[in-house]
Order: sequence, then structure tokens, then C-alpha cells
Amino acid sequence: MTDILPEHDSNLPPREVADVMPPHAHSWIGKYVFSQDAKYIAIQYSGTAAAIGLVALVLSWLMRLQLGFPGLFDFITPEAYYQFVTMHGMIMVIYLLTAIFLGGFGNYLIPLMVGARDMVFPFVNMLSYWIYLLAVLVLVASFFVPGGPTGAGWTLSPPQAVLSGTPGGAQSGIILMLVSLILFIIGFTMGGLNYAVTVLQARTRGMTMMRLPLTVWGIFTATVMALLAFPALFVACVMMLFDRLLGTSFFMPTLVELGEKLSYGGGSPIAFQHLFWFFGHPEVYIVALPAFGIVSDLIAVHARKNVFGYRMMVWAIVIIGALSFIVWAHHMYVSGMHPWFGFFFATTTLIIAIPTAIKVYNWILTLWKGDIHLTLPMLFALGFIVTFVNGGLTGLFLGNVVVDVPLSDTMFVVAHFHMVMGVAPIMVIFGAIYHWYPKITGRMLNEAMGQIHFWVTFIGAYAVFFPMHYVGLVGVPRRYFEIGEPAFLTAPVDGLNAFISSAALIVGAVQVLFLFNIFWSLRHGLAAGGNPWRATSLEWQTPETPPRHGNWGDDLPNVYRWAYDYSVPGAPKDYVAQNDPWVPDSGGRRL
Amino acid sequence: MLIAVVLVLIVAGSVAFHLYSPWWWTPIASNWDYIDNTLVITFWITGAVFAAVVLFTAYCVWKFRHRPGHKAEFDPENKRLEWWLTAVTAVGVAAMLVPGLFVWKQFVTVPANASELEVFGQQWNWAYRLPGADGVLGTADAEWVSGENPLGVNPHDRFGKDDLIIEGGEVYLPVDQPVKLLLRSIDVLHNFYVPEFRAKMDMVPGMVTYIWFTPTRTGNFEALCAEYCGTAHPFMRGFVTVVEAAEYQEWLQEQLTFEDYARTASEPATRLAER
Amino acid sequence: MTVILAFLVLVALAAGLWLSQQRLASKPWLETGIAPLAGHGPGRAPGFIFIAVFLAVAGGLFAMLGSAFVMQIDETPWELVPLPGRVWLNTALLLLASLFMQFVVISARAGTTRWLRASLIAASIATLAFLAGQAQVWIALTSGGYPLDGPPAASFFYLITGLHGLHVLGGIIALAAICLRHAGGGDVKALLPGVRLCALYWHGLLAFWLMLFALLQGWGNAFLALCRAAVT
Ligand code: HEM
Ligand SMILES: [Cu+2]
Ligand SMILES: [Cu+2]
Repeated sequence: MTDILPEHDSNLPPREVADVMPPHAHSWIGKYVFSQDAKYIAIQYSGTAAAIGLVALVLSWLMRLQLGFPGLFDFITPEAYYQFVTMHGMIMVIYLLTAIFLGGFGNYLIPLMVGARDMVFPFVNMLSYWIYLLAVLVLVASFFVPGGPTGAGWTLSPPQAVLSGTPGGAQSGIILMLVSLILFIIGFTMGGLNYAVTVLQARTRGMTMMRLPLTVWGIFTATVMALLAFPALFVACVMMLFDRLLGTSFFMPTLVELGEKLSYGGGSPIAFQHLFWFFGHPEVYIVALPAFGIVSDLIAVHARKNVFGYRMMVWAIVIIGALSFIVWAHHMYVSGMHPWFGFFFATTTLIIAIPTAIKVYNWILTLWKGDIHLTLPMLFALGFIVTFVNGGLTGLFLGNVVVDVPLSDTMFVVAHFHMVMGVAPIMVIFGAIYHWYPKITGRMLNEAMGQIHFWVTFIGAYAVFFPMHYVGLVGVPRRYFEIGEPAFLTAPVDGLNAFISSAALIVGAVQVLFLFNIFWSLRHGLAAGGNPWRATSLEWQTPETPPRHGNWGDDLPNVYRWAYDYSVPGAPKDYVAQNDPWVPDSGGRRL
Repeated sequence: MLIAVVLVLIVAGSVAFHLYSPWWWTPIASNWDYIDNTLVITFWITGAVFAAVVLFTAYCVWKFRHRPGHKAEFDPENKRLEWWLTAVTAVGVAAMLVPGLFVWKQFVTVPANASELEVFGQQWNWAYRLPGADGVLGTADAEWVSGENPLGVNPHDRFGKDDLIIEGGEVYLPVDQPVKLLLRSIDVLHNFYVPEFRAKMDMVPGMVTYIWFTPTRTGNFEALCAEYCGTAHPFMRGFVTVVEAAEYQEWLQEQLTFEDYARTASEPATRLAER
Repeated sequence: MTVILAFLVLVALAAGLWLSQQRLASKPWLETGIAPLAGHGPGRAPGFIFIAVFLAVAGGLFAMLGSAFVMQIDETPWELVPLPGRVWLNTALLLLASLFMQFVVISARAGTTRWLRASLIAASIATLAFLAGQAQVWIALTSGGYPLDGPPAASFFYLITGLHGLHVLGGIIALAAICLRHAGGGDVKALLPGVRLCALYWHGLLAFWLMLFALLQGWGNAFLALCRAAVT
């Protein structure tokens, strides 16, 4: 069934992993619709994520229109506003970021970077995408059912999520949301098993874990975390679905809703929050770790320098991944849980800041004495550093339990998480697309359009979210349709809100230019060649660009070195590819 | 090179915005200036780190920009430097965490002389309950809610009979007297938040949560709901009026006990007249 | 959240063990040449790892359910569902199924068709009987005053056994698919990789069930209460 390719060069040590050619598709449908090629699945994932992400972007415009110019747009009712908030948040976090980092970049880069021909289980990988698509369609369907999508907030906290005081709570909005999430998790698990097993079991000869590019480390660790964290959300969704449809009371205590006693009783709303945040916090790092990994590689390639402190970077990724499972309740400091938990969770949360800070230092120290090419990927990487550092530092406010008390549930929180897990990872996604587009299509993206895209996005996003912290500081809560003019505002926030909204509209608009660039450059971009950035990692060493099905020609590549041999003294070029057997004169330690 | 300049401008602009913009938290009216102080410490530390990191990045970008013939240094790691940075970071983090934990200890430890006030949330308005002459709040549960008993006070509990029931969203507090708020909801999550007092906590149906504080100046303060509770969440407002002790006693005299309330509830006209 | 955290400690130990073989402290920039990969002995087929990782995920799911159960039961006054004796019998059936699956592997390895067939049939019957037994328990509970929408402890019983049953059902379907694919060919050994994965999966589901069973009996809460008493 599987055809195992013969060895060509007999001087080499035996392969630990058999060279298996993935099954070839012969029909048109097998190639372009139900493709089992990870590279094609990656494109499908990214395309779908971008499409639904655009919906979320438009929703953010509508929200900003309401907040910036309250009363001007009649069609934005409070119900609609809360539906926008909820769908925007959920789509951005789950259906866009998680899907694009793991389903998109994971699928494209893992096999290429570890030197495999494809994912280990291509069929399961294909199923993963189609279930994801189904999840997205169910989500979209909820916009069209009576009552509209749920307006429960992306945290979906019961009891309100399933009661009639919340849009979609007593209709089908919440049901479709939960079903969609359950589907997403099933689909993701199929993909995630693939990403993890591929990294574990399909690395080519010589590709030890410590030779992997940090991109793979980031995606791999995030995948493992997601595999362990998503079950919590799954359980929470199933239980809430039961509460809503079958009359169980998992999360429902005795309730009086608008004067009427309901038949629920005995459940605990806080239990849901524990389950949700047990998933929700790792989720932050599920998005962040791939971004950390990718940005490390972008910086190294475009500064022509090895990643500074590679070992520390790997350890930091692993430590962050592990610690992020014991900090979840920092989202619950004011939830009414036992106050003594505050001591524990504040401490663990602030401890995570240390490995995170190390990563930041190492990115900057990679720039130090580098040969910095200010290409688009490098610009976006710099944008990432600024926004991530900003968002990470405000995290220290919110993680420090007592400081969180006045700030929690205000716009300060909204500003914080947009900086750290909205803008920063999206900067990395853009940088990564400018970086790998030449490999995916064989052509470069247009530079002029890219420059406009970068500057407007970077400065615009900072202008949106930096002042937003201060809206929260004066006391405006999050999820407020309008604040009015309560006496505690030390200065009216209308002008500031209008400014933020205008900036948000501009930032959103420039994304259209980016999309145009993607399509335009397919035809008109400059031909890129196989390795335009002169990078070392394996994906740039494929025999063809774009890589064909099976990635490598007759032979899998052999790996002789780590992924960061840039500007090595004595080397003939300023980079030495991972599959290049060159040995420095000084020797080093030969294996 | 533009990017180096922009990075510097971002730092300068952010600091200027912080220092000169009029948007700052509202003047405090409770004992929790500790919280404000911790927040200010955190602002200083994080602000310094932000400026240092971004300015250093800008410097690197400018200094090590690509020029023909320029070559990067091969520099895999520097153990000493990394450990130093780790240690310094750990100290900075501890400098924020330790005061924070001390204040949290105070935050969750209610002083023995605190009086009690129950804050009651439901979609989408506030009500309050005070222990009556006996000084003890009767038990209560969503189970008992009815037209005559909107707060669900346990009718079989003798401590509840003299509890004062306060509807209409506004409540009085005596100045300089520590108060423990017992927070209760009968439908969904709410959160009683008066920005001037700094403290806040969710109210969760099925349980009673609490916060405490001491009002330190008189005045009329707006209370918000700070936990999403459905469509009318932003319109769920209340008022806390902090007054001198004498005025507070006067106000207390005007309030209905649970017993009276239940009796008059069946005759709404009388109740309105009494107001 | 004690249950899930305990489970994660186990996962972390396994991960740590694996990481400790990956030479995390080596200095990769000093090494050139083809380095041997660590942890690639025979028998580590991708399928094996796939099922092992999947079991970790499913374990996370059940541990999470267990956590929710323990949390809930602790919060509301202890009100457990009295489990009918039939549950013990079901547990025994699942244990048998797991044993028979091991026999299937042994006889597939030895290549003895007759034993293989017999143990396959026995394993399938035991597994199906387990499922039927669980369904019977549901019926008994529903008619015995513990409907699904009754007190949370009852709802938990249905939810937990239901999700566990679905996983068992999935296993049976996979097993059937593997056997059908090889039904025509005479080579018994061709079955080996497939049934090995199934056996692993069966053992995993058995382990999860034993844990869940203990929790449903209230032993988890009793144990935690004991710990709490010891600490304070
Ligand atoms: C131009 C880009 C964006 C703008 C203008 C924007 C704007 C907003 C606004 C106005 C809110 C509602 C605030 C409130 O009333 O509470 C919001 C909520 C949210 N946004 Fe964004 N956003 C953007 C991008 C993103 C991205 C990239 C993410 C990905 C992480 C994201 C995640 C969220 C989440 C999770 C919420 C919370 C939803 C909730 O409260 O339930 N946003 N955003
Ligand atoms: Cu978190
Ligand atoms: Cu509210």
C-alpha cells in the first residue's frame, strides 16, 4: 500500500524513519478539492480563516462605529452590538488565529521544515479541514437564524448565555455557537494529532529536536497544548448544550428570570468559568507560541544572524507551555471564587513573565550586531516586538491580583488583550506571509503595497489600542454599548473614542490593499527563485518552488546542522543551509 | 531608517500621552489607595522597561542596518548575560508582586467592625438589604422570590423580619465606617462596581460573594454593572451616597422592614404613598 | 480541578521523560554532521504514537469531566446517584474485553487463525455487552427517579458514561473496519499492526473507565476530603 522508497547513498547511516511516498491523487477532485497534500490543506485552512476573519473585521468596524459615534447608527441596537462583540471575539480567537497558525502555517511548514514528504496521516489531515469548514459554516448559519447569533460574549458564561435576556440565548444562536465549537474541536484534534506525530515521527535523517527551527518548536508546543486544553472547552460546550436543550443543570443554580422561577437547580456557574479558562488561558499561548517561533525565524533570517540563545528560546517555549496550565484563574480574580486562590494564581502568572521576557531579550539581542535588512518581514517583526512588549507589560497589571481589581472588565483589559494576542500575532502572520509567499507561489509580494500596508497597520493599530487603555483607566467597562456621561469620568471620552474608531476604520481598510496584493502578485509579482531570502531552513531547499506533492525529489534531505548558520566565520556564503555538509575549518564538534 | 525614528516617536508619544492626557482614574473615595499605589509602582516599572526595550531596538535597527560589506557577528549565546537578564527581570517582577500580595491580603480580610450591606442584583437593576435592629441579615435564596418578596428573604428566618429592604437603586453609607458588601444575584452574573471605591466583585447566582471598603469622603457615586449580564447591561446603574453618620441615621428611619414591605406589597398604592 | 491537574502531571512526566532524551542542553551550533535521532526504536510506528497521543487527549477529556464532577459535587451538598449493581458487571465485561483484545494481539503475532478468530469474537461480544449493559443502567436510573434532567449528579452519570460509550463504539467501528479490510486475505499477520492499536485503545478506555467509575462512586470526593482534613 505505502511505497517505501529505496536508499540512494549507502555511505550514510541508516534512516530511523522510512521514506514513505504519500498517496498520489489522480482525479481533479482529489487534487483540488479533497486534497490530502498538507500544503494544499494549508491554503484551504488559511483561505477559510481569512474569509471568516474578514467578517470579524467588519464586525469590529460596526462596534467601533457605535462606540465612537454613539446614537448615529440606528441599526446598531444593544442586541446587535452584543452579537457583534461575541462573534468578533470568538471568530478572531478561534476561527481565525488558532486555525491559521496551526491549520495554516502548521500544515504548510511542519512537513517542509522537518524534511518530511507530508503529514503522517494525510487522510485524517484532510478530514480535519472539512470539519473545520463545517464548523465555520455552522457559525455563519447562526447569523441567519431567527434571533440571530448569540450575544453572550466570547466567554459564553452561563447562566446568561442560555437565558432570554441575552440575544440568541433562548433561540438557536447559542446552540449553533456551541455546536460549531464542538465541531471545531473535533476537527482540530484530527489536525493536531497529525502535527504532533509528524514532528515526533517524521523528522528526516539528522534532524534532531535541537536542530529544528523555532517555528516548528512553537507550533509543536502550541499543538500539544491545544490537544490538552481543547477538551476542557469541549466538555464545557457539551455540558452547556445539555443545559440548554435537555434541561440538565450542570451550570444552572436555582434561578428567577424576570420574575419567573425556572426549573433549573443545583448547578454552579463558576464551574463553567473554571472549565472555560482552563482552556482559555492556554489558548492565549496556543496563539502566541507559534508567533514566537515564527518571529524568531523572521528576525534571524532578515538580520542575517543566528537566533541569540537558541537553547534558552527552546526551554522558554517549553516552560511557558507547561506553566500556562496553572494560571487560568487569573481571569477569575473577581469572579467570586475563593479569594485565597488569588495568591497562588498571581504568583504563577507573574512567574510566566520571566521566560516570556527572556524571549523578548533574545529577539533584540539577535538584532544586536546583526546585518539588519529592513525587508517587510523584518518590519512586521519589529512591529510585533513593540506591540507584544506593550501588551505583555500591561499583562503584569492584570496578573497582579489586586491591581486587576479596578481594571478587570474595563476597556483596559480589551486594550491589553488586543495588543498582546490581537495585534502582535497578526503582525507575525503578516510578516510570515511576506516571508513565505515566495515559497508558496514562486513570486514576491509587491513591495510598495507592502510598505503602505505595514505602516498603516502598525501605526494605526497602535493608535487604536494604546489610547484604549486610558478609556479603561477612567473607568469605562468593557462590553458597554454606551457609557453616557457618568460623573466619575475625569474627562469625557467621546473625542478619544471617535479618534480610536477612525483609526480602526483606516487600519481595516488597508487590509483590503493587502488582499489585493496577494491576488495581484500571483500574476505580476517578481519571480522569486527557490530561496530569495538566502535562508538556511529546509523549506527553502526544496528541488522545486513551489514544492511539488511529496516535497522532495527522489531523496529526502539529510540534515547536517542547526537552522541558524548565518554569517558563520569562514563559510563561503553568509548562510549555510541545513542540508549542506560543509564543515568549518576550525572543526567544531563533528558527529 | 524610518522605522528607528518611528520607534523613538512611539516611546516619546506614549510617555507624553501618559503624562499630559486628561484621562486618568477618578479621585478615590475609599481606603484602597493601596491599590492605586501598587498600580503606580507597576506603571513606573513597566513604563521604564517598555521605553528601554523599544529604544534599544531602535538603536540596534539604526546601528546595525544593512550596508554593503557589513557582516553580522556569529554569536550563538552568552550564558552570563542571559542569567543576569533573568535575575534582573525576576527582581522587577517580585517588586510588583510582593506589594500586590500584601494588599490582596488586606483586600480579602474584612475588619471585625465592618457593618454589613447586602447588594442584590437582577436583570437589570439593583436593590439593597440592611440588617435591621437585630444587626443580623436573615438568610435568603432565589427559592423564596415572589411579588411580595423580590429579594427572596427567607420568610421562616426570624432574623430576616426586621431587615431593611431598599429598592430603587440608591443606597446610603456612613462615611469612615468600614462596610462589608454581601453580593447576591438571582439570575445571572452581575458585578457591583463604584469606580471611586476601586473594589469590585462578581455576584453569582447560587452563592454570596463579598468585598469590603471604608468610604473616606462624602458624595454621590454612580455604581455600574461590570459583568456582562445581557442586553441592558450598560444601563444597569445605581447610586451610593456617602453621608455623615447623623444623616445616615435619618435615612435609615425612612426605610421599610421586610415585614412591613410584605404587608404593604399587596397594596401597592399604600406603598407608593409612603414613599 | 484536582483531577485534571493530576492527569496533567502524568502527561508532564511522560513529556519530561521524552524531552530528557532530546539533548536539550546540547549546543547545536557546535555540531555538524548527521546526528542520530533520539527515541526511534522499533515498534514506535507512527500509528502507535497517534493512538498514544489520542489517548492522552481523550484522557484529558475524561479527566476534565471528572474535575467538573468533583467540583460540582463538592459545591452542592453531596448527593450521589446510588449506582445499580449492574455497573460492576459492566466493569468486569470491559475488563474481559481488554483481556481478549490482548489475546487477539498475541494470536495475530503467532499467526494462529483459529485463536485469533475466537478471541476477536469474544472481545467484540464483551465490548458490545458492556455497551448494552451501560444502556440498561441508563434505563434503570431513568425509571428509578434519576432522570437526565434531575440533580446534577445524575446528569453527570449520563454524560460521562455516554461520552465513554461513544469512544468505545468508535473503537468497535475501527476494529470492524480493520478486520473487514483483511477479511479476504489469508495472512493473519497483516492484521497485527491494526489490532495492536485497537488493543492499546481498549486498555486506555478501560483505564479511563476505572477512574471514572471510582469518581462516580464518590471515592474521589472522599479521598479529597481526607486530604483536606489531613492538611488542615
Ligand atoms: C482592527 C482590529 C480590531 C478592532 C478595531 C477591534 C475592536 C474590538 C472592539 C470594539 C471590541 C469590543 C469591546 C467591548 O465593547 O467590550 C472587541 C472585542 C474583542 N476583540 Fe477585537 N478588535 C480588533 C481585532 C481583534 C483581533 C485581531 C482579535 C484576536 C485576538 C480580537 C479579539 C477580540 C476579543 C476576544 C474580544 C472580546 C469579545 C467579548 O468581549 O466577548 N480583536 N474588539
Ligand atoms: Cu490568561
Ligand atoms: Cu451587567
